[in-house]
Amino acid sequence: MLAVPAGWYLLLAAALFTVGLVGVLVRRNIIVMLMCVELMLNSVNLTLVTFSRVHGTLDGQVLTFFVMVVAAAEVTVGLALVVNLFRLRASTDADDVDALRA
Amino acid sequence: MTPVLAQAAEAAQASGSAELYAFVIIGALSLGSAIAMVMMRNAVHSALMLVLNLFTIAAFYAMLEAQFLAVIQIIVYAGAIVVLFLFVIMLLGVGGGQAFTGRLRGQKVAAVLLGLALFSVLAGITGPYWGEAAACNLPFEVRAEGDGLLCEGLAEANAEGNVRGVGLLIFTDYVWPFEVMSVLLVIAALGAMVLGKRYEDPADVVDQPAAAVPATRGPSTAGTASASAAGSAADEPGARAEDASPPDTDDEDDVRGEGR
Repeated sequence: MLAVPAGWYLLLAAALFTVGLVGVLVRRNIIVMLMCVELMLNSVNLTLVTFSRVHGTLDGQVLTFFVMVVAAAEVTVGLALVVNLFRLRASTDADDVDALRA
Repeated sequence: MTPVLAQAAEAAQASGSAELYAFVIIGALSLGSAIAMVMMRNAVHSALMLVLNLFTIAAFYAMLEAQFLAVIQIIVYAGAIVVLFLFVIMLLGVGGGQAFTGRLRGQKVAAVLLGLALFSVLAGITGPYWGEAAACNLPFEVRAEGDGLLCEGLAEANAEGNVRGVGLLIFTDYVWPFEVMSVLLVIAALGAMVLGKRYEDPADVVDQPAAAVPATRGPSTAGTASASAAGSAADEPGARAEDASPPDTDDEDDVRGEGR
């Protein structure tokens, strides 16, 4: 029987989350780290939508909608912080931000 | 009666195999673009890979009977968030550069090992969803027999349309979180405005005269301090070139006066 159980979607979402986590740990460019955080949020969204289908209710999709809104707000503030940091340090390397004072 | 049922079962099986093919192709594209996003040396290329990955996620939403979210994903992410990323990358001119320049030795290996450990844990959780019953678009009699958790499917919840169902939930059960979301967006917009404000003097931001920073640090961190001074001087060329000079006995007001 050719069909796609929900586990495949969950496994793919887990793989995407892992890739995003490794990216946050490995990459040093703050902008790329933010992109990896976006990837992790999207994988969790995929999990939520999958569970919404499995359980036959739309609550997971509503929660995904809220996560998207939070992601948009997070990116807005995060990129503003990156721009500010670039004015102070002239780089977006995370290793250059090793002091709690400017 | 019987031919109709057989026809329905055949159609369900055809849609199941179509879902399988779509899943394999789009899933490979999604995972490949995610890995490429992490591996790309240029941040602009990473952002483009992120766009591809977000489109594949939107395709998955459409396959998972979440049509509203599929459209919202394309509009919000590809239309707004990635454009914001690209805008900042090109505004700051930091597209190139090294991909992996960590100071810690063995960080990459440790990160990959940690990622594999996390993936094995997460994959272990998906155990109950691997049975035949967890596939959503099978004929009903087949769905009832398989092991694992039964997939309910969204046919009933989406009977009047996915947008209508999600909208009804948002504005009835989840109206309070929805209002909190609106407040959050307003706060985020205000925060971005405040953070994006360009200050005349960096001392207004850091509460400390920039010329006094190297005096309190060892010689090993002097490079970082001068880099920060160079970064602040890059905003207005020639205006604060003396910030990089060694500290002297001038107090804060004199330094600021020379800067202006």
